[in-house]
Amino acid sequence: MGIAAEALKDFKSFRLKELPEVEPLGSGHRACQGCGEILALRQVMKAIGSNSIVCSATGCMEIVTSPFPQTAWNVPWLHVAFENAAAVISGVEAAYKALNRKGRIDQPDVVFIGYGGDGATADIGLQALSGALERGHNIVYVCLDNEAYMNTGIQRSSSTPYGAMTTTSPPGKKSIGQSTWKKNMAAVAAAHEIPYVATASPGYPVDLMNKAKKAALVPGPAYLHIYSPCPTGWRCDPSVAVSVSKLVVQSKVFPLFEVIDGHWTLSRKIAKPKPVSEYLKSQRRFRHLTESDIQFIQERIDAEYEELLTRCGLKSDGGESKEEKKEG
Amino acid sequence: MAKETGIVGWKELALGCAVMKPGSASELKTGDWRSMRPVTDYEKCTKCGQCYIFCPDMVYRKIDEGFYEANLYYCKGCGICARECPVNCIEMVEEGK
Amino acid sequence: MSKRVGMEVSIAAAEAVALANVDVIAAYPITPQTHIVEHLSEIVADGHLDAEFVPVESEHSAMSCCVGAAAGGARTFTSTSSQGYALMSEICYIASSLRLPIVMAVANRALSAPISIWNDHADMMMSRDTCWIQTVAENGQEVVDLLFHAFRTGEDRRVLFPVIVNLDGFILTHMIEPIILPDQEEVDRYLKPYEPQMRLDPRNPFTMGPVGMPEVYTEVKKAQDEAFKASYPVILEAWKEFGDQFGRYYKPVEAYKTEDAETILVTMGSISETAMTSIDAMRESGKKVGLVRIRLWRPFPFDDFFDAVKGAKRLVVVDRAMSFSGGCGPVCVEVKSALYDRGHYPYIHNVLGGLGGRDVTVENFAEMADDVVRAHETGAPMGYEIINVRE
Repeated sequence: MGIAAEALKDFKSFRLKELPEVEPLGSGHRACQGCGEILALRQVMKAIGSNSIVCSATGCMEIVTSPFPQTAWNVPWLHVAFENAAAVISGVEAAYKALNRKGRIDQPDVVFIGYGGDGATADIGLQALSGALERGHNIVYVCLDNEAYMNTGIQRSSSTPYGAMTTTSPPGKKSIGQSTWKKNMAAVAAAHEIPYVATASPGYPVDLMNKAKKAALVPGPAYLHIYSPCPTGWRCDPSVAVSVSKLVVQSKVFPLFEVIDGHWTLSRKIAKPKPVSEYLKSQRRFRHLTESDIQFIQERIDAEYEELLTRCGLKSDGGESKEEKKEG
Repeated sequence: MAKETGIVGWKELALGCAVMKPGSASELKTGDWRSMRPVTDYEKCTKCGQCYIFCPDMVYRKIDEGFYEANLYYCKGCGICARECPVNCIEMVEEGK
Repeated sequence: MSKRVGMEVSIAAAEAVALANVDVIAAYPITPQTHIVEHLSEIVADGHLDAEFVPVESEHSAMSCCVGAAAGGARTFTSTSSQGYALMSEICYIASSLRLPIVMAVANRALSAPISIWNDHADMMMSRDTCWIQTVAENGQEVVDLLFHAFRTGEDRRVLFPVIVNLDGFILTHMIEPIILPDQEEVDRYLKPYEPQMRLDPRNPFTMGPVGMPEVYTEVKKAQDEAFKASYPVILEAWKEFGDQFGRYYKPVEAYKTEDAETILVTMGSISETAMTSIDAMRESGKKVGLVRIRLWRPFPFDDFFDAVKGAKRLVVVDRAMSFSGGCGPVCVEVKSALYDRGHYPYIHNVLGGLGGRDVTVENFAEMADDVVRAHETGAPMGYEIINVRE
């Protein structure tokens, strides 16, 4: 049995009406109203709990939760720089490993969490992440993906979806907006052959929290890629973060899956997918796209979803899927 | 007052400018930011818990009989809870009404 | 009582770090530091040192990992040179501002371009303002001793700053020198186990590295400045205790035959030993020349330096790095600042030499000492020159 499978064999799902009450990340933070990223981070922390140490990259989450002299964190938290959250948490993990082994402390169950946005993970922090995953540290790395460098003013990242408007990929006479396809960070993480990789969305909180908990239980590196809507940067109403987080999954734009000991597993099979155009029209960052642009995106989304199904050992079919039930 | 705004003398700072009191952000009334606030109709509420888990500001808490109540000290009025409630029992009402 | 053995200085440095019982080593190889980290990883692999050796994927991650480890409460060590030091320098400022007592051995090497693996002080000078305590070794024994001193000083609760021990790349790192390595029991008497004042611990959570608004940033830097200055007496105290225990005493500034010197040469690092040979020869021929060696680079020992040179009419400050300010090299800037503030104005000539591994010879020092006398007496304007340049 693989490392992850062994650690998860007695795993029990969270239940929506019996969620843990702990809030390692507390109220009073300075996030925008309706911020999907801090919602996702909140859910991760609730799932993992207080016996944890968190290292944050520079970014929205860092800025809004640690304005001197206040902090929204109820667990130990360290921010160093933009591109090194994975390296910093590796160091904390190494320290605890050494100190526990040398008998100077007796704290063997602390969970080590490093997180960053898409910029801090897929771009400037890619090297540190790759190193940490390759070295096999017992950490959980969380990428909170709001699809641009939001904190510095909505500039593009390699995780910005094709066609999206950002301040450094603005649509214009000579530009469609972001001209490259979104980098597949979950696949990059999985290519490091770590025991646990998962994608999640705060619109499916039980699924997200289960994955966060699993990531914490699995020994070795775990990577979570979490869709994090930014109403401010995506130009949509502050109330839509959760509905967009469901729509992105239902339209197959951001499929939910896990890679457990290298085996790809779909979390939700979308039997009746919504058209990509419905998703794109929900945010003004895509409003400049033409019908043919949207068609192009639809085709590519369809192809990638088929490929994912194949990786998961599934076939596409038009029928109802048992997994399409309400979260409860 | 000076400590809350960060205006302290250099001798009062913790080592390396660390913030020693966990969760101290809870002193800030982010509820001042909102222009709309959620109002729950408990006759319709099914205690599903979605408003609780979908709130980015951790505003809801479970009260007697399993209902969820919003702590308006922090609520920024984003409206996620009202939109997501499966039985539409939360309404966003303008402040001052 | 330990024996004096011939060993490669890098190996001795690694052995010293092992004797200091570090908990976490995170390092990336770069010439000429490689033997230090290679030997450390051997020591860990053989089980002689119980530590986590983290083979990071860059120097930036090395320092980041050290910051995380030190914040987690571990005694932490790393080593680098030149380009690697430049790469990690972003995090070096953060390590000191967060008050984490990491120890680093820097094998001094020139900075690109052109790429040079050979010895000079460009990397030391590049990071003057990082707020790390910095000492400079002249020989292999000093490397070992200064490393023990670094852990002892940095971790002292009256200090809590990271410390660098500078050693000349190749000239020291790759040389076999006679070294006395203390035994474990002796080291344990000098170096107590590390007990962090604060560490990341879920039982006692706090936040490190918050946003520093304009309302607080100045106060943070003031606090850091005062604390850094306050580290000076502790540095001296740790040296005195080292001397009392091991018999080798170190001072921030070391004077050599300066008692009645009219001309004093100022050097740092291994070329000091070459200079001393030259001073001996000059003294034989009756010249009143002396040498002052700077051992504590940061915090700069202004008063000790002034006391050592105040009797001389002329100084030759030897720099081994470019500052490109058009005026003088980096050490000379410190010297002039030290003396101007104290109202003392000897004739000062700045020599830039030993760049990118070029030797500074015994003859060079003799020429410097003679040239400055001539320049002073003919009223030549003060300035700097790069020596040993092919025209």
